[in-house]
Amino acid sequence: MVSVNTETPTGRSIMIDVPGWGGNLAGQHLDLRLSAPDGYQAVRSYSIASASSGDRLELAVDRLPDGEVSPYLVDDLLPGDQLELRGPLGGWFVWRPEQTTPVQLIGGGSGIVPLIAMARAHAASGSTARFELLYSVRTPEDVFFRDEIASLASPYFAVTWVYTRRAPDGWPVPAGRVNRDVLAAATIPASDGPAVFVCGPTGFVESVADSLVALGHAAASVKTERFGGK
Amino acid sequence: MGIISRGFSGRSREHNPELPPGQFLTEDFPVLSAGPTPRIDTDEWEFTITTETGTVHRWSWADLMALPIEDVATDIHCVTRWSKLGTSWRGVSLDTLFAGVDTSYGYTMAHSYGGYTTNVPLADLMGGKAWIAFEFDGQPLDPEHGGPARLLVPHLYFWKSAKWIRGIQMHKTDDAGFWEQNGYNIYGDPWLEQRYS
Repeated sequence: MVSVNTETPTGRSIMIDVPGWGGNLAGQHLDLRLSAPDGYQAVRSYSIASASSGDRLELAVDRLPDGEVSPYLVDDLLPGDQLELRGPLGGWFVWRPEQTTPVQLIGGGSGIVPLIAMARAHAASGSTARFELLYSVRTPEDVFFRDEIASLASPYFAVTWVYTRRAPDGWPVPAGRVNRDVLAAATIPASDGPAVFVCGPTGFVESVADSLVALGHAAASVKTERFGGK
Repeated sequence: MGIISRGFSGRSREHNPELPPGQFLTEDFPVLSAGPTPRIDTDEWEFTITTETGTVHRWSWADLMALPIEDVATDIHCVTRWSKLGTSWRGVSLDTLFAGVDTSYGYTMAHSYGGYTTNVPLADLMGGKAWIAFEFDGQPLDPEHGGPARLLVPHLYFWKSAKWIRGIQMHKTDDAGFWEQNGYNIYGDPWLEQRYS
């Protein structure tokens, strides 16, 4: 592991050099394995925040209260430590720069991770496909990659921030959840035929996906990736 | 044995022999569908088995409920590494449904409402190993978990237990379904850790 950056009170991004990695598609994930001296092993999957073709990749991890691997990655991991990774994995929840359809990204909390990989790939490729991101977080402190997301804004990339529990001072919209009205007002309409990627906690994804279908998006156009939950 | 992770000890727990390699126990019931949840009314629901001759065997919800229903207590294992032990289901055995089906093909493709597919060899559906399940934990199966009915094939990774099951098509060869085309193993035995392709 090369370097870390604190992103939120419970999350950090982690830069890792992986000799021979050879890159990954935006949206893919990897399996990360920790091994204790007594032989105990724990493996968990993490979405990759980067989408380059080289041997350096970035993860962003949120510490789960009852987690086994995430607390180690967020609190204990130091530069120079070695990690075992397997991947890249996944061929469904991915965006390729050759795709020209408009893309609507909808992320909840740490669900932003595969979506920022897509936004980075979009910017790096010079793609002129219309990209919009709706990023929902509880409070302003829960945002991952805030500065970078702001810097990605362009004629082809627009961001809508939604704060569900507490908004920044002076924010024009009171804190509230993403519901059908919010989606209708702030996302690419179904009539434009966007490819939609929704990622976050399962309750968030379920509610957003149902609303998108109700707003006229074809179910086959809405790809979902759910983190944990009931 | 992997690289020792400096300072990692994990929660001290004894290895649970009921868990396949690489799995951890959860009390949750995670949902990991690839798209929105289909909403199917039992009034419009039907299940079909289609053979190589084009013969279609068809059951309505009422037809399914009139068949012998079994209580199933089983462990389930997701490829994302969570396992639940001792889950309880109610459903109709595929042995019952295939009783009147005449086929010489050895493979199947399960089709779901919403377009999901997964392939399962016929031998893995027979012999008391698979059900069309419509109750979980004493309650009607929630749509998020595949209701009104899902295929239940617990000896394989749970992506093979197709949610929102609509029908089974006989195949001559072991053709890849949805996840199998997207990086996952063609068979999926948790005890051999057959996760990826």
